[in-house]
Order: sequence, then structure tokens, then C-alpha cells
Amino acid sequence: MADGSGPGRMTLSGVVLAGLILILIVALLYLFIAQPYWFPTLASEHGGRIDSLFMAVLVVSGIAFVLVQGALGFFIARYGENGGERAAYWHDNPKAEAFLLITTAVILTVLVFMGQRVWASIYFADAPANATIVEITGEQFSWNFHYPGPDGQFGRTDTKLITNTNSIGLDRDDPAAKDDIVTSNVMHAPIGKPVRVRLRSKDVIHSFFLPNFRVKQDAVPGMGIEVWFTPTKAGQYEIACAELCGIAHYRMRAALTVDESQDAFNKWLEEAGK
Amino acid sequence: MSELHAADHAHHEMGFLHKYVFSTDHKIIGIQYLITAMAMAVVGGLLSMLMRYQLAWPQGVSPIMAKIFPVAYNGGLMEPGFYISLVTMHGTIMVFFLFTAVLLGGFGNFLIPLQIGARDMAFPFLNALSYWIFLLSCIVIFSALFVTSGAPMGGWTAYAPLSAVPAAAPGQATGMTLWITAIALFSVSGLMGGLNYITTILTMRTRGMSMMRLPLATWSLLVTSILGLLAFPVLLGAGLLLMFDRMGGTSFFVPAGIIMNQMPIDHSGGHPLLWQHLFWFFGHPEVYIVVLPAMGMASDILSAFCRKPIFSYRMMVYSMVAIAVLSFVVWGHHMFVSGMNPFLGSVFTLTTLLIAVPSAIKTFNWLGTVWGARIRFTPAALFALGFVSMFVSGGLSGVFLGTSAADIQLQDTYFVVAHFHLVMAIAPLFAAFAGIYFWFPKMFGRFMNPTLGKIHFWFTFIGAYCVFFPMHVIGIGGQMRRIYDPTQYMFLQPQQPVNVFISISAFVLGSAQLIFLFNFFFSIFGGRVAERNPWHATTLEWIAPTPPGHGNFGEELPTVHRWPFDYSVPGEREDFVPQTVPATVTAQH
Amino acid sequence: MPILTEDRRTGTVPPPPFKPSGGRGDDGSPDSGSSSFPIPKGQLGVWILLTAIIMLFAGLSSAYIVLRGVPAWQNIELPWLLWPNTTILLLSSVAIDISRRAVRRGDLQSMKRWLASGGILGVAFLVGQLAAWRQLVNAGVYLPSTLQSGFFYILTGLHGLHLLGGVIALGLVLAKALKNRLTAFNYEPLKLCAMYWHVMDALWVYLFLLLLLS
Repeated sequence: MADGSGPGRMTLSGVVLAGLILILIVALLYLFIAQPYWFPTLASEHGGRIDSLFMAVLVVSGIAFVLVQGALGFFIARYGENGGERAAYWHDNPKAEAFLLITTAVILTVLVFMGQRVWASIYFADAPANATIVEITGEQFSWNFHYPGPDGQFGRTDTKLITNTNSIGLDRDDPAAKDDIVTSNVMHAPIGKPVRVRLRSKDVIHSFFLPNFRVKQDAVPGMGIEVWFTPTKAGQYEIACAELCGIAHYRMRAALTVDESQDAFNKWLEEAGK
Repeated sequence: MSELHAADHAHHEMGFLHKYVFSTDHKIIGIQYLITAMAMAVVGGLLSMLMRYQLAWPQGVSPIMAKIFPVAYNGGLMEPGFYISLVTMHGTIMVFFLFTAVLLGGFGNFLIPLQIGARDMAFPFLNALSYWIFLLSCIVIFSALFVTSGAPMGGWTAYAPLSAVPAAAPGQATGMTLWITAIALFSVSGLMGGLNYITTILTMRTRGMSMMRLPLATWSLLVTSILGLLAFPVLLGAGLLLMFDRMGGTSFFVPAGIIMNQMPIDHSGGHPLLWQHLFWFFGHPEVYIVVLPAMGMASDILSAFCRKPIFSYRMMVYSMVAIAVLSFVVWGHHMFVSGMNPFLGSVFTLTTLLIAVPSAIKTFNWLGTVWGARIRFTPAALFALGFVSMFVSGGLSGVFLGTSAADIQLQDTYFVVAHFHLVMAIAPLFAAFAGIYFWFPKMFGRFMNPTLGKIHFWFTFIGAYCVFFPMHVIGIGGQMRRIYDPTQYMFLQPQQPVNVFISISAFVLGSAQLIFLFNFFFSIFGGRVAERNPWHATTLEWIAPTPPGHGNFGEELPTVHRWPFDYSVPGEREDFVPQTVPATVTAQH
Repeated sequence: MPILTEDRRTGTVPPPPFKPSGGRGDDGSPDSGSSSFPIPKGQLGVWILLTAIIMLFAGLSSAYIVLRGVPAWQNIELPWLLWPNTTILLLSSVAIDISRRAVRRGDLQSMKRWLASGGILGVAFLVGQLAAWRQLVNAGVYLPSTLQSGFFYILTGLHGLHLLGGVIALGLVLAKALKNRLTAFNYEPLKLCAMYWHVMDALWVYLFLLLLLS
């Protein structure tokens, strides 16, 4: 109408742009509901909580996406110019703004609290006493895994002792080191038992990424950072480096095998120690 | 016309060099920034095309590439180090030398004096100096591509010790030094510019131009300049410490006991996380330095082509200020898995989701502007609308990343790449395109071809979504950032077809920009001549002649009587009322 | 959501009450009088410059404070020259301020004398800082020796460079003063120079305390 109320004209540009936005919404719904490509198979206990949190955020932001992009597309189609018609002149609505502001803030606050609970359960909970402990030292460009062996004590390491065959500089003269097991790019853990990992780095920052276990933690030189997780599915999994560490960052790949039983794990450990 | 001549004569005749090259006129300087940034965009874009080519076919041998880049494509296969250099240089060039430069240096310079009704910036000589230092920084960063030891390989974030120890990677010797130098020069140039903008906007507004009558573009440039003033010096300081770690034997960021290439590196006491804290204290405000001017410009352009006032101008201003203030307390969300105290992780999640609120308000206000509008679909309008869509897409993925526990799985994957490209690259790019199509007539006195402009828009809109939307999905699937060959990992191999799709889309997207480049340069000389106010817009730059002469407004500076959003005012004869038109009692409102 | 309603009889909309400024969404500010900002642009420019410099040192300070807590931190013995240097810098600030007050009351001779004195003291400070560096080097303490020594050289060096900028500015102002271009009603360059100088002075005192109290 001439005074700006009511719809404008549906122009070609408006309809095409609205159509593209509609395709975008459909693509989003397809990708995130049918999930042709999705998270790697879950294999850890806490990972379920992270996945649920992701789903919660997905639902909230998905609804927001559909509503906002949808409204945008709808308005673009509906309110094209129509000869000399005026647009509507209104430009303030404090009540609506306040409502939207508060609603957004409330929804985001709820997400903060939900997220905080998951975060706390991962970072503010100590690893159980029966956890399998392993020290992982990243270097350019491989992962070293150091198990303490039956005595449960880690042998002393010294950077001065590092050689081609002794990647972490284990002091073999140290009595505690006699039964230590050090492997390169091969990690095992028994199913159902927590694994406590202490991350170190020999050179630059690396990041210990277990995609199936929802574990990611930077390994920083000069620091020893601990994370823990509990594998819930036996099998072979990949370990990746998730922080740019140099030219061969792309192939800093290792293998994690979750053994079907504590015995199978012990057997592997024994073999590896030889 | 006689006004224009009078103004020109008032500022004496100048030779070609003084008028167009070593000018202190803010309009010339703005156009210099614009064109230089466009050149850097071409370089940065080409680098990304090479990256996408590698990611789609990681093990494909290419004799052609071996011919063009014999060192980088040894035997037809890209060198892994070259890939990391591409990543580093692409990010660095785009963030600083394209986006920050074009939005602040280009549009900031051109628009501010015109929109506030001033003749030029507060310190014109300093302004010119800032451009030449910027140009120097471009030359330095460009030269880093050609050093024999290799271009820098630290990523644009240059984490220590990778960036602090020259032995850490081939490109980390001279290349990295050039990187730090270029960034330092750029920071100085940016600070000079910011000083000018803040002083000009605060002290040189014409009569009647109160702060709450400023266009949103100018508001955003003011807020952004203050952000830059507080953030860039911290980057400068951090870069200085990094330089000393590399060349002076200090150990600010490098701890004791590290070994590279089997050789112990002699350092002690430094902390790699310190670099991250310093860098991101700058880095997070930096992303808002890029996006706020985009928001401001898109808002003004949207309003003009909707023929409708921007919805809730007041809240648009307040939310901009809120975003700027909050941007200083969210930096830790880049460091959730860095090894910093997990308690900080909780704090930064809270502040990060808090900063989503003012951004949401702005989005609702854009919707409120389009609702009930009468949209005129010019290329500028299309890009302004596209900006809103892109910003919504990119902003929502930020909610996932801001939630620390969800970020554990997504950090350093392509989910992050998708997020920051949409929100910091594509959305601002759309706003910049909108700005160029919109203000081109004022800059050059001619129109860009609208048909080519629309074709450019459709390809860019579709292309951008085809490139960056699928990246969310491969990120969820676990594809890490900055890896030269995703197919090395079995869990990533099934997703490889998506990488191919993205790369092909990227080639289309890149090619479409050629339409724009042709249109831009051709139209400077051959475009249809433009009148003074072709878009019937209300802001002061449209009062000045097209193009404005030296001194902008002729003999007398304009006086402002109203805000910049009087479109479709009921009862007015025209569907717009420029800011200089006084209110009259008898006007039927 | 129209905010005006149509008069059904006449089809017109009644005019709103008269407002001197235009535009619906306007903030109603007066059209007359320039949009004045209380600070002149020269001063504002210098304040902005000082803000950037302060942020630079703020970033470096935070790095200093963080690294102060690492086990490998070792305090160095600060060269005793820093004490007289600080005094000299404080005196130079006093001199420049006296010069500023002098020009304000029109005493141009006094202004020139005190300004020159301030400049000489400033140069003396810089020379003194270099001598302090020499002291450290003689004691075998170099840039990479310890974390604190690294900061020492960088912080004092950066401060010195910025003060050198102030000295150059002061020189330019002095040249103006000697040509009698500064008067009681027009001494803005001297005021700006003094502002910058005093902040550099305060910055030095802060840095000195930071180094001392570690």
C-alpha cells in the first residue's frame, strides 16, 4: 500500500534470493539430520556427554537458523519495491527488543550451564585410582608412549639421553626404568578401564587428538598436562595431531588399540617390553 | 559546478604526482588503500586456490604445476612445507592486508570526513604516511613468499615455539622474520590511521552532526578504531618479544629442554602459552575490528535500499559498543584445549556466549529493517542482504565453539575453519562488495555495471555457501586444520568427496571474482556517468559533488538537522529526506 | 506497526507537536552551534598516541608479570645509575612544566631557558640509560642472560626510544620558541610536548618500580 503497510512486489531477484536461502535451509536440515558425514564412532564414556551437548546446541542453533534465515528469505521475497510505494516507517519497538534480548540471553545462559556441567565432569574430576597411566611425548613427527610397567613407577628421563633409538631419553640405569615400556606410534589400552594420559612435548606444541574418544589436548613443551578417558569399545583407532607442528604435521599419526580384556592388554605390554 | 571549482582553487593547483600519488586527500588515500587491498586479495585468493587444489587431490601428480612452481611442486607433487606456507600466508594476507586494510584503510578513509561533513581528516599528512607504511608492509609480506629458505610456516597465529625457534621448520628462518616485520609495520600503519579516525570523528563533525546523528558506518569505524588502538600495541609487544626469542637469545616463549632435529635448543624459562595469551588478547578484538565496520556499512546500505530506517538505531550503536567492550574478555575461547587452567575455560565460555547477545540483537534489527521494506535490488543491496545471511550462518556455529566442552572435539578442525571464514571473511567480504558497489559512483563519478554486479553476486553467494557450508560437516567428521593430505587418515578418507566438492566450488567462487575485478576497473573509465545522489540516500557524502573535489563540500560546509535514516517518512514529498534538510512545522508527518 | 494513525475523515495524518530538529528518530539535538568536543584535536591526538604507547607497555608488563612466576626466573642486580637517571628525568619534567607555566604568563625568556634545560636533562637521561646498559654489560649481564635481563633491556630500550621521540619533538618546539613563535595565547605545541613528556616520565617511574619490586 502507498503508506507502507502490506507487502511489496515479489521481484525476480527477491524470489531467487529467497529460493536460495530456502535451499540453504533444506541443505542444513539434510546434512544435520540425515548426517551423511558425521562424528567418528563413539568409543569413550565421557564422549557421550560431549555428543549430547553438541546435539543440544545443534537443536537450539538449528531452530534459530531456520527461523532467522527463513524470516530473512520471506521478507526478501515479500517486500520488493513496487513503483513508488513507501516502506513502512516504524523503526523501534522496545518491548520486542527487550523480549528478544532476554530470550536470547536466557537460552545462552542455559547452554552455558549445560556446557559447564560437562566441562567440569571432564576437567574437575580426578582420574580414578585404577587408571592405566601412560606418558605421551609428542615430537616432530611422531608420538612416543611410555608405560611404567608392572612396578607402576616411571623411570627417569633426561633430554641429554635422547638418541635415535631412545626417543624419550629413558635412563635405563634407573631401577624403576627396567620394566618400562616405550613404543613409537603404538598405544594400547584395556576396554572399560580409565586411561590417564600425561602429555609432554619435545619440541613444539602438538595436540593429542583421539577423534573416536572425544579427546583433544595440546601437548606443550615445558608442561605436563593430564587428561583421562575410559574406552568403551574395543577396536583399532587412529590418533592424530591437531596443532600445526611443522612440515610433517599431516602425518603425525599413531594407532590406539583398545584391547578386549585386561589380559589381552597385559599380553601386549609384555610383548612390547621385550 | 562553480562550487566545485571554487573549492579546488581554494586548495591550489597540484601536479599529477601530488594529486594522485602522494596525496594527503583522504579520498585518494582511501582509494589507494582499496586498490592495494584488492591486489593483496588476489594474491591471498590465489594461494587458497592452490591449497584447495592440494586438498582435493592430495596425491595427484601435476606436471603443469611442476613447470610453474618447480621448487614447490617437486616432481609434480606439492611439497608439504609449501602447503603450510600457503596456509600461513593466505591467512596472514587476508586478515590483515585485505580485510583490516580495506575496511578501515579503504572505507574508513574515504567515508569518515564525507559522512561527518568535514573537509579532510584531522591529520592529513599522518594519513598519507599511514598508507605508505601500509604499502611497505605489503611489500615485506609479499617478499616472504620468495625467500629461498621458504615462506613462514607458523600459521597466521604463529604459535611459539614453532615460530620462536628458527630450526623448527624450514620457513621459520628469514620467512618468519619478514612476517614479524610486516605485521609490525602494518600495526604502526593501523595505529596511525586509528588515531586520525578517532580524532576526526570526535572533533571535526559539522554543525548539527551530534553523535546520535552519525551514520552507522561512521559509528562502527569509531568503535573499531578504539578497539585497534587498544589491541594492536599488544600484538606489537608480543612480536617484539618473539623477535628477540628468535634472534636475541631470549626465552620469553621457549622453555628449557627442547630438542629439534636431534639438537638441544638452548633456552630456559619461557612459556609457550604466554604467546597465545598475548596474541589472542589482540587476536580476538581483531576479528571484531574486521566485522564491526562490515556491520556498520551493511546497516546503512540496507537501510538505503530498503527505503526504511534501520530498526532501532540506538540499540545498533549500543550493541556495537557492547561487542567492542566484551571482545577484550573472550580471548580464551581460542585456548580451551591449550593447557591453560580449566577454570579459565569456564570463565571464557560465559563471556563468549555473552558476546553473542549483542550480535543477536543486531541480527534481529536487520530483520526488522527488511520487514515492511520496499527493497530495491541493486548489486549493493543484494550483497548487504547476503551479508546478513552469511553472518547468521557464521555466528551460529560460533555458539558450538564457544561452549568449551563441545569445542574439545571441534577445536582445530574444519568446523572452526567454516565458522571463521563465514563470519570474518565472507560476511565482511559481502559488506565490502556492497560498499564498493554503493560508493563507487561517489568515488569515481561513474556506475559499475549492474548486470555484471548481479551476476557477480549470484555466483559469489552460491559459491561461498558451497565452499564453506560443507566444511562444518567434515569438521564434525574430524578433519583437522592445516593438514596437507587428509587421506593419510583412514577415518577421513570417506569424507574426501566433500573436499573435492569444496575445491571445485572454490574454483568457481574464485573465478567469479574476475567479473568483479573487470567491472571495477573498466567502470572507472567506461562506466555510466553518475549523478550526485544516484541512490537517493540521506547521508552527507551524497550532498557532496560526484566525485567530490578537494575539500569535499565547496565553499560552505553542510549543516545537519536530522538523523541519517529518514526514508519513507510519511507525508514527505520524496521517499527520503537528506540529513541537511531542516524540519518544517507545516510538513505533514 | 505504524506509529501514526490516519484521520479517517480527511485521509490525512495530523502533524506531531513541533520539534525544532528534523527526523523522527532524531535525538533532538540542537542544529545551531558546531558539534563541539571539549578537547582540541591536537591534544586528543597526543592522548590517543599515549594510549597506544601505554597499551604496548601494558602488554609487555603482563608478559613480565606472568614470567615472574616461573621457576627459572632470576633477578639481576639493577645498575645503580638508574637512580640518578630517574632523578634527572623527574627534574626534566619539572623544568618543562616550569617552562609551560612561564609561557602561560607571558615570560618568554623563562620559557626558553627552562625548555632548553628540560631538553638537556632529557638527553642526559638517555645518555645515562646507555651508561646503565654499559654497567650491566660490564657485569656480564646481557640480553639473553636471564628472563629479567631480557625484559630490562627491552623495556628500557623501548622507553628510551619513545623518550627520544619526545626529545625530538621538544627540539622542534624549542626551535619554534627561539623564533618567538610561541606566545601566552598560542603555545599549543609546548603544551602537547609537556603532556607527552610527563607521561613518559610517569611510565619510567612505573617501569623502574616494576623492575625493582620483583
